[in-house]
Amino acid sequence: MSAYLDNNATTMVAPEVREAILPLLGDEFGNPSSMHRLGGQSGMLMEQARQKIAAGLNCDPDEIIFTSCGTEGDNTAIFSALEAQPEKRHIITTRVEHPAVLNVAKHYERKGYAVTYLSVDSNGLFDMDQYRTAFRPDTALVSIMYANNESGVISPIQEMAEIAKKHGVLFHTDAVQAVGKIAIDLKTLPVDYLVLSGHKIHAPKGVGALFVRKNAPFRPFMLGGHQEHGRRGGTENLPGIVGLGVAMELAVEHIDDENTRVRAMRDRLEKGLIAAIPDAIVNGDMEKRLPNTSSIAFKYIEGEAMLLMLDQFGIAASSGSACTSGSLEPSHVLRAMGVPFTFAHGSLRFSLSTYNTDEDIDLVLKELPPIISRLREMSPFRRGDEGLDWVDDHDH
Amino acid sequence: MWEYTNKVQEHFLNPQNVGVIEDADAIGEVGSLSCGDALRLFLKIDDEERIVDAKFQTFGCASAIASSSVLTELIKGMTLDEASKVSNKDIAEALGGLPKEKMHCSVMGQEALEDAIRKYRGLEAAPAPEGEIVCKCFGVTDVQIKRAVQENKLTTLEEVTNFTKAGGGCEDCHGRIEEIITEILTGEAAKPAPEPEKPARLTNIKRFQLVTKVIDEEIRPALNKDGGDIELIDIDGHKVIVSLRGACVGCPSSGRTLKDFVERRLKETVEPEISVLEG
Repeated sequence: MSAYLDNNATTMVAPEVREAILPLLGDEFGNPSSMHRLGGQSGMLMEQARQKIAAGLNCDPDEIIFTSCGTEGDNTAIFSALEAQPEKRHIITTRVEHPAVLNVAKHYERKGYAVTYLSVDSNGLFDMDQYRTAFRPDTALVSIMYANNESGVISPIQEMAEIAKKHGVLFHTDAVQAVGKIAIDLKTLPVDYLVLSGHKIHAPKGVGALFVRKNAPFRPFMLGGHQEHGRRGGTENLPGIVGLGVAMELAVEHIDDENTRVRAMRDRLEKGLIAAIPDAIVNGDMEKRLPNTSSIAFKYIEGEAMLLMLDQFGIAASSGSACTSGSLEPSHVLRAMGVPFTFAHGSLRFSLSTYNTDEDIDLVLKELPPIISRLREMSPFRRGDEGLDWVDDHDH
Repeated sequence: MWEYTNKVQEHFLNPQNVGVIEDADAIGEVGSLSCGDALRLFLKIDDEERIVDAKFQTFGCASAIASSSVLTELIKGMTLDEASKVSNKDIAEALGGLPKEKMHCSVMGQEALEDAIRKYRGLEAAPAPEGEIVCKCFGVTDVQIKRAVQENKLTTLEEVTNFTKAGGGCEDCHGRIEEIITEILTGEAAKPAPEPEKPARLTNIKRFQLVTKVIDEEIRPALNKDGGDIELIDIDGHKVIVSLRGACVGCPSSGRTLKDFVERRLKETVEPEISVLEG
């Protein structure tokens, strides 16, 4: 018995995706750029995949560029927007971005750009007044993630992009965690750049896509051949791209399940843990949140120890504790939300997918409470240390 | 995933000597909730200064728990003189090694043991770390960094962070840490700092202003980083009365925070006569 609940880190390759890829690892190995029949067949498969992704996002296939991952897409979008407007030297982003954006912003800061990092409140929500007043005459780009990978909190992207449009500022969103979990319609969502990653939606690792709206400035990040109409050099990862196309079709198909059955499983897990374990809190807004994500923090114990003990029972999750990353400080997202260190070090993230079952939730509800009791018995910190009564009755 | 040795995994999943010795002869404490790891070490010591029992409570990751467990196994049966020679390297070796990023867990074991022995020998608390505070995030001094560099033959900033945590927070001190490493590697002593100008005697109002400024601009932001806070209650002559707030409340190391960080910093920046009391 095992339970994979780390889908915001990566997902299993869907069986249908695997089936679609296998021929490309055999006889159908052509290079899409080649002029012969084998190449032509590959090129056709690639364009079919592009159409599937465009259909899933409701945009034009020409607005889709294949990339190697979400990080490449984010880097390319930011690079494009800034290189195209060298006279503008200000960026608006947030404190809770993925490093694929945060580290690029820091890189441009070192090169002399001014960067406004929007704060979040304890629920992970933005202060829209702070956002509205952040614009300057030289603002080149707004880059805000669609949904947070740790807390699952969904940003008001529609409203934020509309505000940026009023200021005539380009808007990029890292939608790596949102695609496949909430519906996205690029005909009505006024973003200029949107990024997705294959391995978060049951395609293989090493493939992603960047949406660039028609007429939005673009500067190639990878210089090379004429692939992707000269917008991204390098021979395409055809198996990955074909897999991504199928994964996008499945993601659209599964979106109702994500928002009903998966959400219900997530809620049952969360309620069960909160009821069974004292001194536990849920991080992030309870409503404006991805249906699959639960970030829960347990006081007085440390995340890595919990993860490794869960691993003994075949349960895979992740943690925002310092020790899991090799860093000495816990997750920048939890810290930006003002989650106290006492909780942040003991945080766990469970992220579900459409392939999870009720049995997975039962397994966590059975195994995690005694693990926490055991670690708390080992801990020098107790409720009593804060003048409260320590009550914990789990058997172990 | 970290590559933990079988020995680390064994001590993590089945730790030895977990718990409290109710009538312990010495208790060593190090770390804090906000720092992410903490160890409380209990020792039972016989009349001939031999450790007859050792137990621990640890808040931390797998390597922190394993380091604590193997430490208790190592020191049982040792005299205090023998135990005082147990180093972090001994702890790491007994575990078959630790990932380099986790070496500070073995250092925590060594420091808890030193703290317990010191207390048993009549010293109430660890003396304030000597030297300048280099890493404000984790309160690490140049003397502690030099010791770690020399004892463990460290040559890089990353190694110093792995062993001492210094430089693992805001990164402002990276330059100074690299200077210290260079000083030790090249054998060139740091240039002596110019003698600070002796401050004029402070009036009560000036003292109040200075204390408030240092608390607001330096001490509170540093504590805030760990989820803690501090409130200035009163100033009575050279006595500064404060109250710790947030994560500092209930932290077993709050006494050290007051003496080793708050008082020390006020002595350095306001007046050497200042003492800090908790109101």
